[in-house]
Amino acid sequence: MRSDRSNRSPLALKIAAAAGLAFLHLPILLIFVYAFTTEDKSYQWPPPGFTIKWLGVTWNRPDVWEALWLSVRVAGIATLIAIVLGTLCAAAVSRWKFFGHETISLLVILPIALPGIITGIALRSAFNLADMPFSFWTIVLGHATFCIVVVYNNAVARFRRTSGSLIEASMDLGADGFQTFRYVILPNIGTALLAGGMLAFALSFDEVIVTTFTAGQQATLPIWMLEELVRPRQRPVTNVVAMVVVLVTFLPILAAYYLTRDGDHVAGHGK
Amino acid sequence: MQTAVLFSRVSRHFGNVRAVDEVDLDVAEGEFFAMLGPSGSGKTTCLRLIAGFEQPTAGHIEIFGQTAEGVPPYRRNVNTVFQDYALFPHLSVLDNVAYGLMIRGVGKRERLQEAETALELVRLPGYGDRRPSQLSGGQRQRVALARALVNKPKVLLLDEPLGALDLKLREQMQEELKALQRSLGITFIFVTHDQGEALSMADRVAVFNDGRIMQVGTPQDIYQRPRSRFVADFVGASNVLPPDFSGSRNWASLRPEAIRLVSSDGRPARVLSRNYLGGQTRLSLEAGGQRLNMLAASGDDLPADGANVRIDWSPDDLHLMEDGE
Repeated sequence: MRSDRSNRSPLALKIAAAAGLAFLHLPILLIFVYAFTTEDKSYQWPPPGFTIKWLGVTWNRPDVWEALWLSVRVAGIATLIAIVLGTLCAAAVSRWKFFGHETISLLVILPIALPGIITGIALRSAFNLADMPFSFWTIVLGHATFCIVVVYNNAVARFRRTSGSLIEASMDLGADGFQTFRYVILPNIGTALLAGGMLAFALSFDEVIVTTFTAGQQATLPIWMLEELVRPRQRPVTNVVAMVVVLVTFLPILAAYYLTRDGDHVAGHGK
Repeated sequence: MQTAVLFSRVSRHFGNVRAVDEVDLDVAEGEFFAMLGPSGSGKTTCLRLIAGFEQPTAGHIEIFGQTAEGVPPYRRNVNTVFQDYALFPHLSVLDNVAYGLMIRGVGKRERLQEAETALELVRLPGYGDRRPSQLSGGQRQRVALARALVNKPKVLLLDEPLGALDLKLREQMQEELKALQRSLGITFIFVTHDQGEALSMADRVAVFNDGRIMQVGTPQDIYQRPRSRFVADFVGASNVLPPDFSGSRNWASLRPEAIRLVSSDGRPARVLSRNYLGGQTRLSLEAGGQRLNMLAASGDDLPADGANVRIDWSPDDLHLMEDGE
């Protein structure tokens, strides 16, 4: 009968969806499981025993803290740079029509479409040409290239919704440029900037490719994890760190999603 | 009476476009002044020149005797009601109205009190806690009005203030704006493309075309004695007659209500169609190759479509304009 048929296909769909979700998320679950295993040389299934001692071990490893602190600083400063430059750029592109207007908005978004490895190589040769030693700042610059895009996209969407006459209205009512920025522009683009900033932070925090090309001796957290996988020592420590990374990057993205949900969508997740 | 706003040979060019072209203008204090014209005629640019959003390319502007060139919008004692109202979406209605006072550093209690008074003035008492997005178009318009008036401007500029409202609301707001202007005594300058609105509200009207003022005068002047074909065409339903038809060297205008049906003499004409407007009926006529509109009192004795009639008018009603052959 017809109704049977129409009932059966959603079931098949449900199974397909479940399989898809499992494929996406089971590996992540495995990472969590191995963070509590008693076996520290290989990833043995099923885990021979349950322990929380790796949390303590990780806590006491200075190299973990070093990498974490470096990543937080890089992500923080890259995000800060991105917020300032991305907002200014978005303001210019959305407020005024000028020669090369379309080109500029394309050029700003390009870095996120470009494969990370190209960005990495390009930056590396540029730094070499400029005789810049690889350092903390070269990593920050590398990350800022794609962080700007995220902030820009969010800010531009909000600027488009913010009528230009609001600024004129504010000036008309006696507010100078600074007061207009503080009382009208900032409150109107604030959540978009916060959302863009959080996404940028999350992007920077787990970035590997560009970092590989622009870092000197420094190891950000993702780089540290990559190195750690090669060494067969205290493997669950890596998993504990991975758990932390998931939390640190997932929460801001979730928050950004909720901040901009009833308005423009968050543009440019994930690189 | 003092001059509120003075333009002498003011031009504003955007590249090759002469948005405002050597305009002379003076608006008296306490006047309700309308700038009327089709879109792109320069009327809104003139408003923006007074508000300070634009600077003149050439010429001189004075606001209450003070040179306005180079003075930014926030240092002018002039407030604007924007076409799209431009209410701040992140502020409550009360904070919107109190914005100008907040910028001027008026204390919180005092400014909220004044804002509430301003809301009462525009008949929106108790709406202060709402967000602009929760208001109807007409209510937003009133809030925009209150937000401007609370600053006690010397000149209030209104940019197509009633453009977004439906007909009934528009007529109601016309009455209210007029009453408000009378009671406050503030100089109102408002921009519109609706000739009915300009004629019914303003003390004086400036008709704009192509960046120039074609005519300034009272509504009666503009309506009954248009100076040029453009003004006659744009402002009214007047018949614009070429020189050979009017029998003079110039183009002439003839108001539809000045045409009479007569039984003898006059000119032969044929009725093309009739439009019943209630108390009056508009007849579309053809006389000597010229189309004419006439307004007649509605009644049973009006000629039918296609009927041959005779029409006449008093020579005084035939108004000669500046445009020659």
